[in-house]
Order: sequence, then C-alpha cells, then structure tokens
Amino acid sequence: MSQVRVPTPLRKYTGGAEAVEADGASVGALLGDLDKRYPGIKDRICDESGQVRRFVNVFVNGEDIRFLQNLDTAVKAGDEISIVPAIAGGC
Amino acid sequence: MRVVHAVLARPTAPDEGPLVSPSVLELIGNTPLIEIRRVRDGVAPGVRVLAKLEGFNPGGSVKDRPALCMIRDGLARGLLVPGKTILDSTSGNTGIALAMIGAALGYPVKLVMPANVSQERKRIVQAFGAETVLSDPLEGSDGAIRLCRKILADEPERYFKPDQYFNEANPRAHFETTGPEIWRQTDGAVTHFVTGIGTGGTIMGTGRFLKSVSPAVQVVAAEPEDAFHGIEGLKHMATSIVPGIYKEQELDAKIGVGTDEAYDMVYRLGREEGLVVGQSCGAAHVAALRVARGLDAGCVVALFADFGSRYLSTNLWAGWTPP
Repeated sequence: MSQVRVPTPLRKYTGGAEAVEADGASVGALLGDLDKRYPGIKDRICDESGQVRRFVNVFVNGEDIRFLQNLDTAVKAGDEISIVPAIAGGC
Repeated sequence: MRVVHAVLARPTAPDEGPLVSPSVLELIGNTPLIEIRRVRDGVAPGVRVLAKLEGFNPGGSVKDRPALCMIRDGLARGLLVPGKTILDSTSGNTGIALAMIGAALGYPVKLVMPANVSQERKRIVQAFGAETVLSDPLEGSDGAIRLCRKILADEPERYFKPDQYFNEANPRAHFETTGPEIWRQTDGAVTHFVTGIGTGGTIMGTGRFLKSVSPAVQVVAAEPEDAFHGIEGLKHMATSIVPGIYKEQELDAKIGVGTDEAYDMVYRLGREEGLVVGQSCGAAHVAALRVARGLDAGCVVALFADFGSRYLSTNLWAGWTPP
C-alpha cells in the first residue's frame, strides 16, 4: 500500500482527505486502484488517451514521473505519490 | 511569405518623454497595444482584436502597476516606514514586482509562494534580493495566503503587507493607468475588455475606468473552467478564497477556458504572431476570440499579463514538441 497526497481541488473525491492509500505495482496501476476507491478522480489526472494531463505533475518520493518511466514507473509499498497541479494566483 | 506590418503604438512619442528616467519605477506602465492580425479564427473583418502587452513593464508583467500603487499607498499612509519588511503571498508576478520595487526603494522584501512556482520566478525574486518562503504545493496559492497570514500574525510590527487580494490600491492602479491607456490608445473605440482573473485587480480597476467613460463597454473575465487547472496566475473563483477586491457583479460575463486550449493558444501566438506569452494570456485570447466572433463590429482589447520566457521550465513548455 502506498500513500497518495491529493491536491486541494481533488479532495472532493476523497471526502476531504489530504492523504489516502492506494495499491499498485506501477503509477498507472496505482491510479487505477485509486479510481476504484474514489470514482472519477483518475479522469481528472489523466486525459482520454490515459496519459497524465499536461498541467499535472505526479511525483514518486519527490521524483517527477516524466523523468522516470511515466505511468510505468514502479511503485512499492511505503512510497509516497504526490499529485500536483500547476499553481494559481495572479492577475 | 506573407509580411505583416504590425503597428506598435506607444502612447507617447519618444520625443515627449524624459531622455533619462530617474528610476526603474518611472518605466512602469504605458505599455504598447498591438493588433492581432492572424490568430483571429473567424472574427468578422469589422472587428478589431487588440492585445495590451504588459510584459513590457520593467518587472515583466502587469503586476508592476498594482505593486507600485500599493507600496506608494503604504508609504503615504505611514504603514511602510524604514525598518519594515515588505511581506506578501504571491504566485510569482506580484512577487517579482514587489521585489523589484523594494530593491529600487531600499526596502527588504519577503515573499511566500507555493513550492511549485517555476524555478525562474524563484530565481528572479532572489536576484532582486528578496527572501522566499515556500508553502505546500498541494495547497496552491491559498496555502501561500494562509502561511503568509501566520507569518504576519507572529510578528505584525515587523512587516508591511500590501495584501493584493484585499488592497483597494490594487484595482486603483488599473483605474488610474491601465484603463486610461487603453481608452487613449484606441481613441475611445474600445467596446470590450477581456482579461483573466487572479486577484481581480486588473479587471475591476480597468473595467471601472472604461465603464466610467463609456458605460457600454463590456467587461469580460477569462476564468479556468475547472478548479483543477494549469493556467498559472488565474483562479477558479467558485472554489477559491475569494479576494476582497473582487466584485463579480461588476462583470458583464465570465468565460470558462480549459487548460489545453489556453496552452494551445500560447503556442499559436508564438508561431503566428511572434508573441511568446504566458499561459494566462492564452486563456485571455481564447476568451477574447469567443467574444469577438459574436460581433459584427467592435474593438476587443485583451490584456496579456506577461511574456512567456519565465514559464519555459513549466508544464506549458515541458510537454511541448516543436512541430
């Protein structure tokens, strides 16, 4: 089981929880399991083709999966996965 | 190859201004307005689409205007005095503006920003000598707002907090400068003003001025269509801490823009207009074209808050491959 840190705009799917648990041997499998537990959340993170949306960063233990093996990046029990959107503020 | 003769209309001719500027602060404002000639997508020939290029401000964004106005207001009211540090929460452009102005005036600056703001932004404010405090990236700009409030509450006497989200000097900067510039640059022809909303300062102040001289001017906000988005600088108001200066009832319309269409518009503006701008400008132009396509005649002015070079390390460009 791994811990997934959820950004504020997606916490409506997790009942307000900032960190939840999910299972999977890769990031892709883990996001699938996360969606079973919190239906609808994966569509917000991934686009129609299943790839992580352009503005979303997924980190495994602080490492951006774009610089690892993307959705095939291996995940093991105890890893921390963070889902981080680009930031807002401004004009 | 088609040659386009773009017209850059500076509001004052070079021989009208001083030859030497006394400081960087006097270079703020008076930004050019440019005709968008290619990325018009079916807009009727009788409709002009113009962009106000705020990236020409010395700090590189529209935020130089409210930052200067808020600091001058703090000085005038005795809230900012020698020995105090300028403190605020910011996703970037306001921080850069405050850091630049603080350096020019000799006041130290401390900025709270989400840890996931672009590297360039952190480095730029540090180059101006400002101190940065990073907040939880998962909580976005609202997390930076909350951490900044705590820092201020712990030592209130140490800081001057301009508080761009609640300071009326923020929209006033645009009422006094951005609005009059657009009115003068279009010779009073502007019919629609379109920009993104973050604090709401730009749209409130500029919109108020334009409506004060021509009540028929329509003021339209470009907003991320969803709370979970990647348009740096903009806020999805329904799910955010609503800024005190933001009065939604003063807007004529709000247009929701998706992150993907905003990003794609940025790429097009670069290749087809020679304007590499930030993602909020892509969103503003998507909304401006949506407004313009509904018109037979008019003059739609979009405000482009900055240029794109400070986003090169972000997802906007990291996920892009040259065509």
